Amino acid sequence: MDKFQKVDGVAAPMPILNIDTDMIIPKQFLKTIKRTGLGVNLFDEMRYTKEGAEIPEFVLNKPAYRNAQILVAGDNFGCGSSREHAPWALADFGIQVIISTSFADIFYNNCFKNGILPIALPQADVDKLMEDAERGANATVSVDLVSQEIHGPDGGVIKFEVDAFRKHCLLEGLDDVGLTLQKETSITAFEEKLAVSRPWA
Amino acid sequence: MTAPRTIYDKIWDAHVVDQQEDGTCLLYIDRHLVHEVTSPQAFEGLRMAGRTVRAPQKTLAVADHNVPTEGRIRGIEDPESRLQVETLEANAKEFGVEYLDMLDIRQGVVHIVGPEQGFTLPGTTIVCGDSHTSTHGAFGSLAHGIGTSEVEHVLSTQTLIQTKAKNMLIQVDGKLPDHVTAKDIILAIIGKIGTAGGTGYVMEYAGEAIRALSIEGRMTVCNMSIEGGARAGLIAPDEKTFDYFKGRPRSPKGAEWDKAVAYWSTLPSDEGAHYDKIIKLDASNLPPLITWGTSPENVISIEDCVPDPADIKDAAKKAAVERSLAYMGLEPNTPMTEIKIDRAFIGSCTNGRIEDLREVAKLVKGRKVSAHVSAMVVPGSGLVKEQAEKEGLDKILIEAGFDWREPGCSMCLAMNADKLAEGERCASTSNRNFEGRQGRGGRTHLVSPEMAAAAAIAGHFVDVRTFD
Repeated sequence: MDKFQKVDGVAAPMPILNIDTDMIIPKQFLKTIKRTGLGVNLFDEMRYTKEGAEIPEFVLNKPAYRNAQILVAGDNFGCGSSREHAPWALADFGIQVIISTSFADIFYNNCFKNGILPIALPQADVDKLMEDAERGANATVSVDLVSQEIHGPDGGVIKFEVDAFRKHCLLEGLDDVGLTLQKETSITAFEEKLAVSRPWA
Repeated sequence: MTAPRTIYDKIWDAHVVDQQEDGTCLLYIDRHLVHEVTSPQAFEGLRMAGRTVRAPQKTLAVADHNVPTEGRIRGIEDPESRLQVETLEANAKEFGVEYLDMLDIRQGVVHIVGPEQGFTLPGTTIVCGDSHTSTHGAFGSLAHGIGTSEVEHVLSTQTLIQTKAKNMLIQVDGKLPDHVTAKDIILAIIGKIGTAGGTGYVMEYAGEAIRALSIEGRMTVCNMSIEGGARAGLIAPDEKTFDYFKGRPRSPKGAEWDKAVAYWSTLPSDEGAHYDKIIKLDASNLPPLITWGTSPENVISIEDCVPDPADIKDAAKKAAVERSLAYMGLEPNTPMTEIKIDRAFIGSCTNGRIEDLREVAKLVKGRKVSAHVSAMVVPGSGLVKEQAEKEGLDKILIEAGFDWREPGCSMCLAMNADKLAEGERCASTSNRNFEGRQGRGGRTHLVSPEMAAAAAIAGHFVDVRTFD
């Protein structure tokens, strides 16, 4: 995984509540056996007509936001299924940061495994950033994971929280499986105890 | 003496392999269910890193999302679906994992198959790359959905990196009225707390109404915990649970069974255990419920009318309602019972079990599906289908005009050929009414099996309590 430190980019506004994983990547694109190439189908049914033509009103089709790296969205972003295809599609499109008041649990987890930083902020901060995002390509937002700060186009600073372990993994681009395998001895010891105390499990 | 603990605390404590200073834990996973959609990239990851499956005997693979529900003997027509299912089979073989192919009588929706085989057991930790893994909480197991990176992590290490969630108690007292079901209980809860209400929590369901539910009903409740945003749903195991598992193929046997039951009996939450949040619900005055919009929290009574955005003050919420109504093609203030349907779908991990099919058959016996409605019943597993056929339910359903299908996820998420056409309206026993969920432009109303069946017969939604 690539290291994540800082993103300076255009933020696209999506002031919709409960953006679910079916919206982010509809099921017809889950038939792939690869992780890559899903960006073109990100938000497919909101972004294209049935015939496949771009819908000009959709935010990521507007010239200002075609290269957005940050999404500012309504409450409960990523609710629904566990499909990691959702963060794969976002990452493949180029989205590296998502800002909302809240995220669904599985989606939130999945983001960190794919170099995406989800940031949960109070409503007032999200409202402010949504306004900034509405200003299009002229208003870039800077997200610094090291200092845990978001710098808006007007020089305003918003601090954000992130779990220390997840921050460390994102900054270093660490592979979870590799980290856990270093604890192999503890896992084996646990399994040996389990075989005695709960052999049916 | 240790402080009183909830069932979640107990299962959690029994599975911590390692704890870091910041509280991040390595949690041991007892059972891993694998399906074709969220696993190919995980197996590929193992291959690329030269890793193996740590505990193949604790892993079970089943194809369910992509499988056709008719003409199965001819194989899978869609090349992408076929490749995904073949990939699962090949991966299972390569890594030594048991795989139930789609012609196996035991095949079905992974969350129905696990318990049927006794693969799911109380007090275990269970994961699957599928959000409805919460279903298994009905048996007092800590079960939740994970992403594909985590599937790879569990395959390789049999553990998961987790931080502990908070405890929420959902106390459902009172006795359910006739024709009001487990589905209505969970829809009522989601309607009350909202789709983000459970975020950060594991929800434990307790109270008279939950105890009175059958195992199947408890599965329906836990299944939709994820629609309330919770990491998992849990119901303490009891005699019903033990009876359910006795004699299942993978259940413990002999002396080990007794030892297991003794252990399982220690799992219910202790008196005085701490909950971070408590929600109460009275089941005795619940009506049959129905969703009107594109979020599972858009729940109202069948006696109510479509909401009017003009009544909503909050701008974001008003915009959400307007968006939903436009998508659903509904006018504000229309009585729900005047809404006509085109399709009915009975099945899924929410309501595809034998009890659901019995209720539907009872209601439709001697009646006919409305001329403008196309209705299908998709049993949750091959074993559910076999049992239903043994009881003659298939004949009743076919006689009434329902399509009797092969088991799978089917039109719950429409990854196979079963889907709504644009603008079609469906009474569905599934779990999500998101835009496009059952097919692009399709309009889903979530209801109980009895409500879906009654709507199929009447041609529009009806209050099943007064349906005759």
